[in-house]
Amino acid sequence: MTDVRIWDGPSARPPRQEPELTRRSFLRTGAAALGGMAALAAALSPLRELASDDIPDLGQFLQKHYKEMTPTDMEAALERIRRKVEERFEVRPHLRDIKPMEGVEFVYALNLSRCIGCRKCVHACVAENNQSRSPEVQYIRVIEMPRGTLDVERGNHHYDRPTVPDPNHFYLPVQCHQCANPPCVKVCPVEATWQEPDGITVIDYDWCIGCRYCEAACPYWARRFNFARPHLPKEQLNPTMSYLSNRPREKGVMEKCHFCLHRTREGRMPACVEICPTGARKFGNVLDPHSEVSQILKTKRVFVLKEEVGTLPRFFYYFDERYPNSLDPEAVAIAHRLKAEEGDAYGLPPGPDGPRREFIAAAQPQWWNGGRA
Amino acid sequence: MKTYLTFLARCFRLSFVGDRRYYAWMFFLTVLTLLGINAYCKQLVHGLATTGMTDQVSWGFYIANFTFLVGMAAAAVMLVIPVYIYRNRELHDLVIFGELFAVAAIIMAMLFVTVDLGRPDRFHHLLLRFNFPISMLTWDVLVLNGYLLLNLHICGYLIYCAYRRRQPSKVFYIPFVFVAIAWAISIHTVTAFLYSGLGGRPFWNSAVVAPRFLASAFAAGPAFLILSLSVLARYTTYRVPEQAFLTLRNIVTIALSINMFLLGSEAFTEFYTDSAHGASARYLFLGLHGHNALVPWIWTAIGLNTVALILLFMPVSRKRSVLQAACIMLIVGIWIEKGMGMIVPAFVPSPLGEIVEYLPTWNETLVTVGIWAGGLLIYTILVRVTVPVLTGRLTYDQDFSAATGAPAELVTNHP
Repeated sequence: MTDVRIWDGPSARPPRQEPELTRRSFLRTGAAALGGMAALAAALSPLRELASDDIPDLGQFLQKHYKEMTPTDMEAALERIRRKVEERFEVRPHLRDIKPMEGVEFVYALNLSRCIGCRKCVHACVAENNQSRSPEVQYIRVIEMPRGTLDVERGNHHYDRPTVPDPNHFYLPVQCHQCANPPCVKVCPVEATWQEPDGITVIDYDWCIGCRYCEAACPYWARRFNFARPHLPKEQLNPTMSYLSNRPREKGVMEKCHFCLHRTREGRMPACVEICPTGARKFGNVLDPHSEVSQILKTKRVFVLKEEVGTLPRFFYYFDERYPNSLDPEAVAIAHRLKAEEGDAYGLPPGPDGPRREFIAAAQPQWWNGGRA
Repeated sequence: MKTYLTFLARCFRLSFVGDRRYYAWMFFLTVLTLLGINAYCKQLVHGLATTGMTDQVSWGFYIANFTFLVGMAAAAVMLVIPVYIYRNRELHDLVIFGELFAVAAIIMAMLFVTVDLGRPDRFHHLLLRFNFPISMLTWDVLVLNGYLLLNLHICGYLIYCAYRRRQPSKVFYIPFVFVAIAWAISIHTVTAFLYSGLGGRPFWNSAVVAPRFLASAFAAGPAFLILSLSVLARYTTYRVPEQAFLTLRNIVTIALSINMFLLGSEAFTEFYTDSAHGASARYLFLGLHGHNALVPWIWTAIGLNTVALILLFMPVSRKRSVLQAACIMLIVGIWIEKGMGMIVPAFVPSPLGEIVEYLPTWNETLVTVGIWAGGLLIYTILVRVTVPVLTGRLTYDQDFSAATGAPAELVTNHP
């Protein structure tokens, strides 16, 4: 094989003249440049499908970080969001920026002896907080656990039984634990997520860059990412919303449970607490010694999940000592009544995990994944 | 200043000139890059739903390639150390090729992080509200950009001096070289800390991640250099000293042995302890509850690395072709081990014990291929303009004589 050289030495041949610009070389260079531009334009062509609100307008582009906004800035941002919601949902939303209350630290307690696994909390949460219905985004995951273990790897996330509760299992609902030492806040490169004075870890959806480092850092799998443009039918929009909680999200940002701060900061209960048919869920101000949660923390043997990771959750679980081997019979009776009243709609399992893949199904070649969708 | 601009202009023109193979190679890379850009545009429109990632496995192919490439970039230092610390003259010029590759690898790594972002339009938020020093990702942004600048400076300065036929002034580059050595180790350490600092992911939460990353990088990086120097030695007039291949071969052999040892240590700890923390490792190596998407990947990687290591230990790998084969095997092996084998299993099972498997989609793969092609395009151009400068065929004197009207040597290989 001869030595092919991309370079020949100056001494090899007498120096040649600088070539003149011939018509041929001009045409060739021109054609190459033109072909290159056409190929680039073709490559960029999918961008024509970008929705108009995928591209941030100047107001949003220049919007400051939540903590740097003056009241005037905030009013401008709220007005911009209201306008956007009105365009998309044809409803004028009641949107505010609700601040934390003085002397309040929220805590959650969940009585595992009374949870019947009906998933009403999951669906109430979705309705309250304007989560995407397609792809499905849910903040609460109820795990069906075999008795005698707290190892979540032995649980079932997709249980779908004709009747819950099953006597051989208990039900472990998990959502954001609003940790006092939150790893998700630590890792965020742009401070788009932080802990508020009342203990709620919030996200500025207009600041998040979508790197998903917080999602990797969370030991409770509490965070969700908008892999696609969230879809929410107009008639299902909850028009009462706040900046840091349930206003509609955009594609490419994180979201998670915020203890319904637009309700709880005005003295109401979170949607999941309100809907729970058995009263398994308790919520309140731990700084108030007379609150129900303070009493529970004092009198029940509460525990937290994964205590060893050192995140100091504000979400406590406990079993009722009166019923060591079964659920609270009163809760079971409520379950039977609900089943009789509501039939099939009750206890709906979560939809397929992750983003819906309509686009993928269309764009993916058949042979990729061996023909599976 | 004017001469510098002339130099840049010459380099730019030179990058469009070459023989048929050069054109074919560049055309091939350009097509792949355009396909990648096209796929990325689709991702911009439809969101990251075009990837195989889910809320359960929230990082995938992109971050895997990012991790691998940071290591490749860091490995440029393995050439620098023998040259500047042990004064190994033979390798002197070759350092430049290592650093040029570092430049291309860093650019690719940064592109991989960028395509992984859900909101690339908010990139400027990093400048406005930088969570330093708390977030390890901000450290990574700093060290990667710093490393890019350092390498651009060092090789840019040395090449420009060669162009001007000047002796490089030590003050302008020796201090930077020593900073770059420490910096190279830092970029990969910081990248490892990105993962090992997460208490909620037991698979990553191990002190051996950073040493393992360095060891595997110092095997794969020099292996890549062996391959690219072989191409230079074969297709250009640039003379690569035989000693260079042998030194690199030693580095690769030692680094790969350490890497295999650390992998074994990790596997022992996980499997002998047999605690719940080992679920991800079990998923990776053996499969978990019938889910075993990664099992063929990791055993392919281990097989390739083992064969490569055996070859490297035997005298037969002094032969160029055997050495090249071993290098290709170990690059692929480490790419799997450190990418799919390091990033994905940490997400399986999820922190709530759910098993959702991950495979890259077609679109995601095209974006990945596009970035690799773009990076190789950059590296090819950098090498293309560097070779004539270092061999003294492109110098200021020639350009100067061209400017004064004397016939200049044309930068072409067409006879």
